Amino acid sequence: MEVKTKHAKEQKQGVLKRIAGPVVTAVNLDAHMYDVVKVGKEELMGEVIKIQGDSVIIQVYEDTAGIRPGEPVSNTGLSLAVELGPGLLTSIYDGIQRPLAVLVDKMGNFIERGVTAPGLSHEKKWTFKPLVKAGDKVEPGAILGEVQETNIVHKVMLPPNVKPGTVKTIKSGDYTIDEIICVLEDGREYPMLQRWPVRVPRPVKEKMNPTIPLITGQRILDGLFPIAKGGTAAIPGPFGSGKTVTQQQLAKWSDAEIVVYIGCGERGNEMTEVLTEFPHLEDPKSGKPLMERTVLIANTSNMPVAAREASVYTGITIAEYFRDMGYDVSLMADSTSRWAEAMREISSRLEEMPGEEGYPAYLAARLSEFYERAGLVKTLNGARGSVSVIGAVSPPGGDFSEPVTQNTLRIVKVFWALDAKLSQRRHFPAINWLNSYSLYLEALHDYYDKEVSPEWNTIRSWAMEILQKEAELQEIVQLVGSDALPESEQVTIEVARMIREIFLQQNAYDAVDTFCDMKKQYAMMKAIKTYAELSYSAQLVGVSPAQINAVKAKNELAQIKFIKDYTPELAKIMKQMDDEFNTLRSAA
Amino acid sequence: MKEYRTISKIAGPLVFVEKTEPIAYGELVNIILADGTTKRGQVLDTSDELVVVQIFETTAGIGRDSGVRFTGETIKMPVGRDMLGRILSGGGKPIDGGPDIVPEKRLDINGAAINPYARGMPADFIQTGISTIDGTNTLVRGQKLPIFSGAGLPHNNVALQIARQAKVPGSTENFAVVFAAMGITKEEANYFMQDFERTGALERAVVFLNLADDPAVERIITPRLALTTAEYLAFELGMHVLVILTDMTNYCEALRQIGAAREEVPGRRGYPGYMYTDLANLYERAGMIKGQKGSVTQIPILTMPGDDITHPIADLTGYITEGQIVVNRDLHRKGIYPPINVLPSLSRLMNLGIGKGKTREDHKKVSDQMYAGYAEGNDLRGLVAIVGKDALSERDRLLLEFADLFENRFVRQGYDEDRSIEDTLNLAWDLLATLPVEQLTRIDRELINKYHPKFRTGAKKE
Ligand SMILES: Nc1ncnc2c1ncn2[C@@H]1O[C@H](COP(=O)(O)OP(=O)(O)OP(=O)(O)O)[C@@H](O)[C@H]1O
Ligand SMILES: [Mg+2]
Repeated sequence: MEVKTKHAKEQKQGVLKRIAGPVVTAVNLDAHMYDVVKVGKEELMGEVIKIQGDSVIIQVYEDTAGIRPGEPVSNTGLSLAVELGPGLLTSIYDGIQRPLAVLVDKMGNFIERGVTAPGLSHEKKWTFKPLVKAGDKVEPGAILGEVQETNIVHKVMLPPNVKPGTVKTIKSGDYTIDEIICVLEDGREYPMLQRWPVRVPRPVKEKMNPTIPLITGQRILDGLFPIAKGGTAAIPGPFGSGKTVTQQQLAKWSDAEIVVYIGCGERGNEMTEVLTEFPHLEDPKSGKPLMERTVLIANTSNMPVAAREASVYTGITIAEYFRDMGYDVSLMADSTSRWAEAMREISSRLEEMPGEEGYPAYLAARLSEFYERAGLVKTLNGARGSVSVIGAVSPPGGDFSEPVTQNTLRIVKVFWALDAKLSQRRHFPAINWLNSYSLYLEALHDYYDKEVSPEWNTIRSWAMEILQKEAELQEIVQLVGSDALPESEQVTIEVARMIREIFLQQNAYDAVDTFCDMKKQYAMMKAIKTYAELSYSAQLVGVSPAQINAVKAKNELAQIKFIKDYTPELAKIMKQMDDEFNTLRSAA
Repeated sequence: MKEYRTISKIAGPLVFVEKTEPIAYGELVNIILADGTTKRGQVLDTSDELVVVQIFETTAGIGRDSGVRFTGETIKMPVGRDMLGRILSGGGKPIDGGPDIVPEKRLDINGAAINPYARGMPADFIQTGISTIDGTNTLVRGQKLPIFSGAGLPHNNVALQIARQAKVPGSTENFAVVFAAMGITKEEANYFMQDFERTGALERAVVFLNLADDPAVERIITPRLALTTAEYLAFELGMHVLVILTDMTNYCEALRQIGAAREEVPGRRGYPGYMYTDLANLYERAGMIKGQKGSVTQIPILTMPGDDITHPIADLTGYITEGQIVVNRDLHRKGIYPPINVLPSLSRLMNLGIGKGKTREDHKKVSDQMYAGYAEGNDLRGLVAIVGKDALSERDRLLLEFADLFENRFVRQGYDEDRSIEDTLNLAWDLLATLPVEQLTRIDRELINKYHPKFRTGAKKE
């Protein structure tokens, strides 16, 4: 990000008084909360986070080693803001919207400090096509025209916080983001570029209740614990349980139109993986490279913590901007715990009164403000857009009773509980089907009814019941062995195993199984239910559980998920299953 | 250079100096004692009135009469090609009687973050010759894969076996080893040194030794020196470097000690709240850079207090590294070497380094199936203890036997046994063949037909 100084001459220069890590103190500085300041001779970017008497306390977005008391501090008079306009898609930014690709050009393979770079290219020309004409009245947020940015059309809008007006002139042709493309009758001029302060939500006309699922292609998510478009979900779990893989699966396969992926205090290699993989993956719907709909924010664990704190806001602001164009956006934040820790680190350097486990008392408020920025909305220009937010949580020791998990669960509507016991046995996704929940089931009921099958909602409940029942039966099995169970319950145990191994387990690394559409999900679950019904009725006429378990078609069913054009194969298996049960029944 | 005699307070490893000129944050400081010896430290907090310095050695001998010199620069270390084969102290001074390092460059020991955009994706399979690693938790070049162990377990042997046997099939180049000891005993250090000498590895190694009786706070800089050296060898000289850091637990204790001396609000179990970030600044210094030849692969070793994997040291490490190899006490008691418990172990970069053209097409699915079988068999052990073997179904009985076979044939191997990946995978199939074919639900039919011992010969004819 590059920040210009607003009224350079009016601002007097301050002086650094104390430096202790990422938090520094300046005196003699005119400042307001959250002003962006330039610190020291190298003009490192910082933000005012506390004002106390004559002292202004600043968090610095870059390493402060080598800075001395007495060096100058100047105030830009602006708040921390992002640049919004064509050029966002396919970019990878650090937490304060510095494009990492540009930084490599400017300073090589390692991130040095003191280098600024604007979030968007100010040289590149985009072909702007107006959608309004002279004489049209335009409201704040109105769509003025569009640019073919990638395969995605970028809507160029009037900023949301301006007065309405009437178009005097609007140009069409190739322009940079700084060139004026629209003039209003009162003389106001607008380029394609907007800036928006990251800590302020972009306004909308109305928030609506979500009714459509975000289809992710992940069976346990879509099938059992769906998230709605515009909804919120948390995915907490101990290290290595599958938070990142799940988030990446969502970034790849969910049917959002735009994806914002924030690597917040996590691994460098994970971002590289996304960067190398996404350009080669195709959106299953449009067939276009996934990278073209993606914006990445990478502020890895070893990059400055203050910028990590900001990364989440940078990401959500970009997400809101695309939402305002009428898109369905999904935002992944991996991991919100590292964000919370950044807040804790800064807070403790401010010597604030610590709350639970050292987190600042405002932790809960910050988390809920963040998730509140999700939603299905009617935008200022009347379009329907949404931001779905999925936050990973990394609880210390995998213990969900800690403050970040608990405060998050109070806000989000979907809980995908990762379980180390499952990941250890390589049951992936390692989402615990007994502890997880979705509060959107009711709201999405009609969608499934109409778009998947009138049977779907019942089949889902049936599967949940079997899994619940299995958990109870397993307790008995642990004491007496499975042979001691009544025969019908032995069948239930087997059916539950099939739901777990065939339906719930899904290999993110298998070329076919990585994505499973609703139609296939339905077909698979329906096949398992058919097996269950045949089994129960066979058992009633005296077929033994051992015979039922030996039905060969059942094993074939396990292979369906690896087959792309599964329909003929599935029909064959179901036919075989029917035949096998007929033979068993007539022999009984 | 100006010398101050304005020390106002000494607390733990911290020295407070007053009335200085403006001093830079992070600056290297020399404290000069009455007898002329010098101790080094770093500025942690600086203001007009007070400068707080963290000393990297014991503060013994420092008094209010000691002199303080601020060097005006952050801590740098001399690096050069001739470091290979040398043994240095935990503070970077030669202790092998050899000459000083001829510096080709002086580098900031804190390094800088690799721009994620500049990273190259690790993808080269490293064959360690250990089945539980190669087969089920594959290591790749540029990965950070720690060994989680407990006091008294043979983690050093495992680390040495890896260092000795590690190779990238098809590449003739050996790894250079950077070894950093933090607070380990003389005996343990000798064990490593003797092995390095026995195998000739020392020639291609740089050793940093901070032993148990060396100053604890020096441990803060030892791994930084080691990683700076590794980055130099890798990214400036194009070498493939294997870094062994042991014992990270001692490093974290030193971190806790400094936090306490600064009277910070402690985080979990008294460790500083910023320990995640601090550790990440070490562990993230592994990797590769796009378009460059070298790589830094890290194998940190840590002993989990009370064998507790949720202890902050193991927990935060696991949250940063790309998996972990867990050494287990029960397996060790059973006399199995290497006592690696695969269930809590993980290599997150495994998928990038295996498969067709790298190891073998069946690798991933064989590994998944081995895990599933072992996990289930292992669970059944608890049940058998209650209901007896006879109450088990045929399926369960086979799984139970599979778990035993897994430990005795797949996990167990010799300290000098160097298994090729082919051997490891074939061994896995031999064990999987003891289970009914229908039970191999993690593997698709095609691979079963090709690799399962029952069908293997048939497939070859096609
Ligand atoms: N759906 C899946 N299919 C196959 N493998 C998976 C799946 N989910 C997770 N895994 C395996 O689990 C490993 C760990 O997953 P992941 O990196 O997502 O964990 P995490 O919860 O993000 O851990 P951390 O908190 O340390 O970042 C992956 O490297 C992969 O091997
Ligand atoms: Mg992760």
